[in-house]
Amino acid sequence: MWDYSEKVKEHFYDPKNAGAVEGANGVGDVGSISCGDALRLTLKVDPETEVILDAGFQTFGCGSAIASSSALTEMIKGMTLDDALKISNQDIADYLDGLPPEKMHCSVMGREALQAAVANYRGEVWEDDHEEGALVCKCFAIDEVMIEDTIRANNLHTVEEVTNYTKAGGGCSSCHEGIENILTRVLAENGETFVAGGAAVPAPAAAAAKAPESPKMGTLARIRKIEAVLDSIRPALQADGGDVELIDVDEKSIYVNLTGACTGCQMAAMTLGGIQQRLIEELGEFVKVVPVAKESLVSMGA
Amino acid sequence: MSDIYLDNNATTMVDPAVFEEMKPYFCEQFGNPSSLHNFGNKVGFALKKARKQVQDLLGAEHDSEIIFTSCGTESDSTAILSALKAQPERKEIITTVVEHPAVLTLCEHLETEGYTVHWLEVDSKGRLDLDKYKSLLSDKVAIVSVMWANNESGTLFPVEEMAQMAAEAGVMFHTDAVQAVGKVPINLKESAISMLSLSGHKLHAPKGIGVLYLRRGVRYRPLLRGGHQERGRRAGTENAAAIVGLGKACEMAAEHMEFENTQVKAMRDRLEEGLLAVIPNCFPTGDPDNRLPNTASIAFEYIEGEAILLLLNKVGIAASSGSACTSGSLEPSHVMRAMGIPYTAAHGTVRFSFSRYNTMEEVERVIEEVPGIVAKLRKLSPYWGENGPVENPGEAFAPVYA
Repeated sequence: MWDYSEKVKEHFYDPKNAGAVEGANGVGDVGSISCGDALRLTLKVDPETEVILDAGFQTFGCGSAIASSSALTEMIKGMTLDDALKISNQDIADYLDGLPPEKMHCSVMGREALQAAVANYRGEVWEDDHEEGALVCKCFAIDEVMIEDTIRANNLHTVEEVTNYTKAGGGCSSCHEGIENILTRVLAENGETFVAGGAAVPAPAAAAAKAPESPKMGTLARIRKIEAVLDSIRPALQADGGDVELIDVDEKSIYVNLTGACTGCQMAAMTLGGIQQRLIEELGEFVKVVPVAKESLVSMGA
Repeated sequence: MSDIYLDNNATTMVDPAVFEEMKPYFCEQFGNPSSLHNFGNKVGFALKKARKQVQDLLGAEHDSEIIFTSCGTESDSTAILSALKAQPERKEIITTVVEHPAVLTLCEHLETEGYTVHWLEVDSKGRLDLDKYKSLLSDKVAIVSVMWANNESGTLFPVEEMAQMAAEAGVMFHTDAVQAVGKVPINLKESAISMLSLSGHKLHAPKGIGVLYLRRGVRYRPLLRGGHQERGRRAGTENAAAIVGLGKACEMAAEHMEFENTQVKAMRDRLEEGLLAVIPNCFPTGDPDNRLPNTASIAFEYIEGEAILLLLNKVGIAASSGSACTSGSLEPSHVMRAMGIPYTAAHGTVRFSFSRYNTMEEVERVIEEVPGIVAKLRKLSPYWGENGPVENPGEAFAPVYA
């Protein structure tokens, strides 16, 4: 059985805002193709202020789909539509104290239902912009479509490259056979053959190139280094209309704020993972990159 | 109130009598059965007895036709790969779309290695088309592998007839009988079945022990080579305690065969009838006239299986589901899809599987609990109205899928 958090169980056993809202003026119907779950979100929006007065859900789905729906309605009630749209699927998962990687698509479905309902309220037509495939890497929740697209876009040829670009396969490595199969298939599209690169057996840790021993950095030097790493990543984010800003550093935790197009982007979790990876390499120590919205940090009194 | 276990197709409790029988083979009778001395010799005799007990349950002609393995999956792999190795000129396999992953995934993999796999489809009740099957049999086929009973729906396949047809065409026939052994009478010496897989933990023996039945004279190549164990057909030191346990479990299964097909069946029938009578929009899946006595697979429309299981679990009832979300893969059940069950029903399929340890009192408790759980989830469902499904559910709720 899944390892669900207490919060998920709470929202599943006793869901909040179940059922359709009376006098709703925004409705979003979306489903997840990977598991067949589906959700209808109904909103009652104040036309003057665009504040969400009430929200209700009806879900055909598993425990985490119902819990994600319940959490979403709790989160958005009282928000303006613009603020509500800033909620990412990761925010929904965080609200529930996390979801198993296989179940992250439930939170994605919640976020999409919200977008669809807002579009419906505004008289727009919502179009889904992402495609979901079978989950390949369970450590980092990377699916098949993501890996295929990345291989094609960047002309990748090895499992190691796929890991560098998507993180898939960077954890327990049990999905390497699956990644090799995807490489074989995608490369065959261009008449290429997949050749397993590198050694068949990884070198033991001691022989592997060690991360550069960093002499103990002073706080200021460390923050400068972090800023430098973020600066080097920034152009890539800006190219996609996003940005990252350093909020705070607290020992091993580095708080950043993803802004612009990064906000609510499906790829945000991956982007953060990539930033974390770079920081670990550059600083030569383990650090955790924590996403925060600037406002929430202020309200936390940090 | 104690919890109710209705997931016996997943695994079963080790019978206390089986456990008793196994106990001496850990700290006292720990010898290697291959050894000459007393420590080993006694264990050797115990294995001989167990082999006989398995032989009797299967109705095999010779005790040497019983090969102990580590599990059902190993038996399946051994059987299919052996047929391919022994007949390298034959590059085709016939199997069904509703096999257990132990066969399904292996055959899919073999397709990538250049073998041709003929996938037999099933109708809405999970039944095979035997004419189609007959037309596929040829001297290019290395092996046919068809399960005796389906693990999800409980539907029985006519494997004895199919084995006869294969034999007439000169083709080996393997059956994954993991769900059938101990639940339906089997008499292999009267059949044309070449190989059969069984798994101990489905019939009250421990996990980690299986059997491959190999008819005398069927050409064979081992999966594991090494020592002379199992007459060189499955190398590796015997899991003596588990083998002894499996022997006892087989003996007990034979004794309870009638009970299984009367009392256990009566509990299953009562549950099904009780639930279908009070819950609207639900139906049994598979072939109700031709199935395992212990299995009820019921599709509850417009709700999802994992949600049902979680709420059942909360009130102490264990069952399982063909829903996408209960498997690690998120794939909806291939068995339900193969039978063409609409996904609004396939997702809400719950399997209740009984054993001789269940009681009628438990059945009545389940009949009391399930309707409320189904109603609670339907209240959350976009396909469900006040007192029944919304009109034209497919049109009233047509989400954008991504």
